[in-house]
This record gives sequence, structure tokens and C-alpha cells, in this order.
Amino acid sequence: MFDEPFAQGPSPIHGLDPRVRLAAAGGGACCLAVTHAPEAACAGLALSAALLACSLPPPGPLVRRWAVVNLFILFLWTTVPWSVPGASLWSAYGLSVSREGLELCLLVTLKSNAILFLFVALAASMPSPTAGCALARLGMPAKLVFLFLFTYRYLHVIADEWQRMRTAALLRGFRPRTDMHTYRTLGYMLGMVLVRSYERARHIYEAMLLRGFHGRFYTVVRFRTRPRDALFALAMLCGLAAILILDHRELFHV
Amino acid sequence: MHISEGVLAPAVLGAGAALAAAGMAVGLRRLDYDRLMTVALLSAAFFVGSLIHVPVGPGSVHLILNGLLGAVLGWAAFPSIFVALLLQALLFQFGGFTVLGVNTFNMAMPAVLGGLCCRPLIRRGGKARLAGAFCCGAGAVAGAALLTSLSLAWTDEGFVQAACLLLAAHLPVMLAEGVITMLVVGFLARVQPDILSFSANSHG
Repeated sequence: MFDEPFAQGPSPIHGLDPRVRLAAAGGGACCLAVTHAPEAACAGLALSAALLACSLPPPGPLVRRWAVVNLFILFLWTTVPWSVPGASLWSAYGLSVSREGLELCLLVTLKSNAILFLFVALAASMPSPTAGCALARLGMPAKLVFLFLFTYRYLHVIADEWQRMRTAALLRGFRPRTDMHTYRTLGYMLGMVLVRSYERARHIYEAMLLRGFHGRFYTVVRFRTRPRDALFALAMLCGLAAILILDHRELFHV
Repeated sequence: MHISEGVLAPAVLGAGAALAAAGMAVGLRRLDYDRLMTVALLSAAFFVGSLIHVPVGPGSVHLILNGLLGAVLGWAAFPSIFVALLLQALLFQFGGFTVLGVNTFNMAMPAVLGGLCCRPLIRRGGKARLAGAFCCGAGAVAGAALLTSLSLAWTDEGFVQAACLLLAAHLPVMLAEGVITMLVVGFLARVQPDILSFSANSHG
């Protein structure tokens, strides 16, 4: 149910240290999110598209996810050009499309896709447990990492449980409609999933205590930073600095 | 409900991240590892629950379940929603690092407030419990939609119209969410009432 199509691969990006990748993804996303010049956003998009191409993502899932994420952007395109005041480019029925509105939409689209590509290339290119361990090394609080790792671990188990109950309901002739019967059935099924998860949590925790758990997580994952990681980080820093300089050209009189 | 990356202004992103970090600090301080395991499993269950399609008229809506989350987990809703959003980003690429704070705050704050306001009613039983649960579910979605719209509106006045549409689009979700929350709370009260007092016992 929750496959991670970008997590494994033979690309050079997959060979990099996950900590370096996550830090680059986070830093890059922050830099791209604060840009306000279209040229800088274009440069950002070029940089992340290049990284995405290097990570050799499977095309099918990539296109599907790209389309879903861009639905929100499409929604903005349907409203924003009409509602931003400014120089009118085209008007009909009392509504006019403004140049400023189109520019705003274009900027948001460029930035959003640049950050998405960066995220797919650098953060989605590792399995979630690895991302959890890497985030722990990058300073995420231990309790939050614990929560993340266990939520991920049991997500699949609980999703299977839900699927089983849903199949059972469908086999007994349940057809979802807009009525109280449907809502009651779904509500009770969801309640049952919560009750079982609650029970399961107690069993897991007792089993862990029995095996000597005392609030510390030991991990066998060992991250190593190699020269190519440093090289990648340096290149990334230069690229992001160039984008920021492009964004604030007026300060540098370029 | 999600705002995509690259839309919001840096000031809104920064404020959202700071507020979410404060909420998570409060939420995590009250949890020991024993309770964390329960929160983790319930978060996973809520994550699965949020993928359910509920038919409303000709279409269907996705549940958000933040009201139920707030009623059950209290302040622990903050770390729980943060983790769920992080997983959503990693598994489905919805959202990302920079909007994580804003989206967490937008969904978790109404959840916590809804839980705090409606818990006395939910504890009373009978009709009061059902009314409280409905208000908690519907109110938390309304609050989340309102905060999401405000984040858009504060970013640029050009987004105001989009924000209003977003708010209107959440009306059917509010109703569906209220009804489902009411039914789930009624079910839990009969089958496993100690889940409903989970957050009341947390003063670690």
C-alpha cells in the first residue's frame, strides 16, 4: 500500500550519505522558498531538475506524483490571475487577467516544482527508516525519532488490518453511499482499528521491556561521510549561493 | 488541506515553524516512552484513517481526523501530526520540509483546542458526548481550514479569493468529519473507554 518507488536505485545520488542528502534537501528547500525573482526560481528549477535526472527516478510514479502535487498549483492558476489587481492583459465578462497575477502564479509554480524535484531527488531517494536515523543524527529530538520510526513500522500492519476489515465488509454486501448506515459502518471500522492499535501498542511495549528496552535506541545503521559527500555538499552550497545572489542582484550591482 | 511548497511567504513559513516547534515541545514533554508507543500506533491508525474515502453526495472526501486526534491525544496531537505529515512527504511527496511547520500548526492547533473544549462534554456521556464529539470533529476541521486560508491570505492579497474557495470547499468535509468523529467516539466509549481518557492521564 505504501511503496517507496524512489527509495532504491543505482544512481550516484543514492550512494551519497543520507545525512548530507537530507541536509542539502532541507537547506535547498529553504533557499528556494525565500526566492522572489523569477530568474532565481528558474535557476533553482534547473538545479533541482538536474539533481532529479541524476537520481534516475522511475518515470511512471514520478509523473503520477508530480500531477497530484500540482493539483493545488492548478487550483491557484484558476483563481489568482483574476484576483490580483494590476495591468489588465485580457478581460471578459467583467473579469480581467492581470500581468501581476500571472507573474505571481508563474513564480509559485516554478518554486513549488523546484522544491518538489529537490525533495524527490534527495529526500525521497532513501527508505523512511534510514531518513529517521539520519534525522536523529542531524539533531531531531530522540522522542520524535522514536515516534516517527514506530509510526512508520506499524503503518503497514494497520493498513493491512484496515484492508482486511474493508474486504470483509464488502464481501458482506457493504456499498458506500451517502447515508447514515455507511457513516456508521466506516466509523465503527475506524473505531475498531483504533482499539486494536491501542492493544497492540501495549503488547509491543511490554515485549520491548522484556527485551531490556530502557528508553534508548541502538541502531546498526552507520553513516559514513566520504570525499564525494563533501564534494556534493560543496557543489550544492555553491549552487544555492548562486541562486541567492541571483535573487538579490540589486544588492550586488550585477 | 495541504499547502504546497513554494507558495507561502517566508514570514508565514517561519512563524508556522516556530509555533509548531513550541506545540511539539509541549506535546513531547508530557509523554514518556510507554505512552509514546501508544501515540505512535494511534498515529499510524489515524494516518490510515485519513486515507479513507467517505462518500458525500456525488463525490467523496478524505477524512482529516484531526478533531478525533485532539480528543484522544490532547497536546500529543502536535508530534503525532508532525510525524504523519513527514511520512506523507516521504511516502507520497505531499508537502515538504519548509511547509511542514505551517501545515502541522494549522492542523494540530485546532485539534488541541477542540480536544480541550469538548473533553468535558465527551466525558459526560449520553447526548452530551455525541454533541461534544461532533463539535470537536467539525470544529477542528473548520479551524484547520480557517488557519490554512489565513496563511494563504497573509502571504499575498492575490491569494484571498483562493483562500475563500478553500474555506467553502471544506464545508462538506466538516459535516462528514463531525459525524464520523461522533460515531467513533461513541464506539470507543462503549468498547474501550480508556482510550478516551488517554490524554487526561498524562501529566509526566
